[in-house]
Amino acid sequence: MKEAKVVVNNKVGLHARPAALFVQTASKFKSEINVSCHDPKEDKLRTANAKSILGILTLGVFQGIEITIKADGEDEADAAATLADLVKNNFGEEA
Amino acid sequence: MKKLKGVAASRGICIGPAFQFLRTELNTEKKEISDPEAEITRLDAAIQTAKDQIQSIYEKALTESSEADAEIFQAHKMILDDPELMTTIKNRIRDEKINCEYSVYETAKQFAATMAAMEDEYFAARAADIMDVANRLLRVLMNVADSPTAGLKEPSIILADDLTPSDTVLLDKSKVMGFCIAHGSATSHTAILARGLGLPAVAGAGVDVMDVPTGDLLIVDGTNGIAVIEPDADTESQYRKRMETSKSIQAEALKFAKDKAATTDGVELEIVSNIGNVEDAKFAVENGAEGVGLLRTEFLYLERSALPTEEEQYEAYKAILEVFGKHPVVLRTLDVGGDKEIPYLNLDKEMNPFLGERALRLCLNRPDIFKPQLRAALRAGVGHNLKIMFPMVATLCCVRSAMVVVNECKAELKKEGIPFADDAEIGIMVEIPSAAVIADQLAKEVDFFSIGTNDLSQYTMAADRTNPKVAELSNAFQPAVLRLIKMVIDAAHAEHKWVGMCGELAGEPLAAPILVGLGLDEFSMSPPFIPLVKQIIRNLNAEEMVDLAKGALQLESPDDVKDFVKKEVSFINEVIS
Repeated sequence: MKEAKVVVNNKVGLHARPAALFVQTASKFKSEINVSCHDPKEDKLRTANAKSILGILTLGVFQGIEITIKADGEDEADAAATLADLVKNNFGEEA
Repeated sequence: MKKLKGVAASRGICIGPAFQFLRTELNTEKKEISDPEAEITRLDAAIQTAKDQIQSIYEKALTESSEADAEIFQAHKMILDDPELMTTIKNRIRDEKINCEYSVYETAKQFAATMAAMEDEYFAARAADIMDVANRLLRVLMNVADSPTAGLKEPSIILADDLTPSDTVLLDKSKVMGFCIAHGSATSHTAILARGLGLPAVAGAGVDVMDVPTGDLLIVDGTNGIAVIEPDADTESQYRKRMETSKSIQAEALKFAKDKAATTDGVELEIVSNIGNVEDAKFAVENGAEGVGLLRTEFLYLERSALPTEEEQYEAYKAILEVFGKHPVVLRTLDVGGDKEIPYLNLDKEMNPFLGERALRLCLNRPDIFKPQLRAALRAGVGHNLKIMFPMVATLCCVRSAMVVVNECKAELKKEGIPFADDAEIGIMVEIPSAAVIADQLAKEVDFFSIGTNDLSQYTMAADRTNPKVAELSNAFQPAVLRLIKMVIDAAHAEHKWVGMCGELAGEPLAAPILVGLGLDEFSMSPPFIPLVKQIIRNLNAEEMVDLAKGALQLESPDDVKDFVKKEVSFINEVIS
């Protein structure tokens, strides 16, 4: 299993186009991938399937929140790194 | 041949094939099944078909509209691809041994509820997307045509029970010749849509409308409120002749649409338009509108699941104001309640919504709705000729309360350093009889009046304009209504304020001579009526019309009034067909 921690810095967070891009990218890999983040309201860790747009959206990741990407499978290293880069590069948008 | 009598909902005549607009109820009843795997195979096939449909709509949207518009269908495809949603649907089929229709519907509803609960406009919109996708999947599963208008291939007359705003979004307007509606009235949604498009419509024609087979020849006479099914040759040729005459008059009027409307003795009147969105705005300009006398803002609030933001409203108002440059645009603040419902406002059901917490009454109780709209309007007005108008004013007190909120908004904007139209005129709609009665007092408080004759008639006559049985009573040609109109105009002029009219009466050819005689300053109507009304005004002598109006107010019924005008202003008979 591969794990990557990144802070989401783009303006809208994991919503709208960035969320779609994230899910589309995740769906290209064979590994099982999930994303988790700390929910400050209920003070617990929440996890969603990275290949589910509805799962990612309901995570409610806004600007400034740190997420953990976990990939498990034959292409796990590539998957975790690619997704982490996507977030670090602000989904190709200006922050 | 069969004749149906209804209400004249939108003027004009059309002859063409009937098209039944049928809404199919999707049956999502729970059924036990014995072979879940077969059910899942059926579901997988449906998902594939739905994906293919969405792909082709996406490609169509890409070529016909913008990439941003097309993006919504990409989102729909992602929802169909969503492993969480699809796994849950399939697991339920397996675990509970239930049919896919039920599982799709229930699961989608549950996911949509989670989204909607996030109290954010963005998520609320996604909830609607999920249900949209689920409905598509259900239609495929049940083998129901993609939409009620899927079979609409040639220009036709739309027949329906009544149409909702979302139905009309589905209609390909280039294939609609006119409407014939079983229920509804001259002021129902379909009627307003038809008038906006300049298409003939008959409403309240009765349930027989639903029995006319698609493809039957139909005549819709929207001027007289008559529909003729399978007309004989004689009737058809008579109507064709009338259609030709009215077409040539309309074409003639359109040539001069952009010219001023001044009477023969030189009184120049302002002819403006009622619009509901930016497309209407462009259409209005083409038809010679010199501005907007009624900008309905409800379009921003309908067909969505949360309130529009101030920013969103600002952009929308700005876009419309820019179409009109320095010409006046009268923006009416939100008018909901009555027959216009907005589900996400969670308003209480009322016994008499027309007499309830409607329009300004609601806005005064809900600053969360009122303030963002006022701020957006004031900001958008910079550099334009914006005027703000409050609907449903009954007392001096409600005008003053509304002014307090306007001044609060101005103070806030000033403090925030945001530019706004400080000098925007503020006016009210006169549509409640009490406002007409105290017009002299109200005229001291505001910059202008605009008379809403649809509501003024129904409140004065105590006759529901949406009830075909009494809709005739609720007629603005009633001498009682005309007398109130005179009171309002006189009271405003005594305070040197201007008076407009944005109800249907303003676009009515037979009313123009009376309204000119009463001294109305501004006429606001659906764009297609503008050229003809301008043409009529150019042939009237304002001085003479003063006497005509005096005479009309002494008559006893709407028909008497109309006959009187036809007799006194004989040229008018040629232009109304």
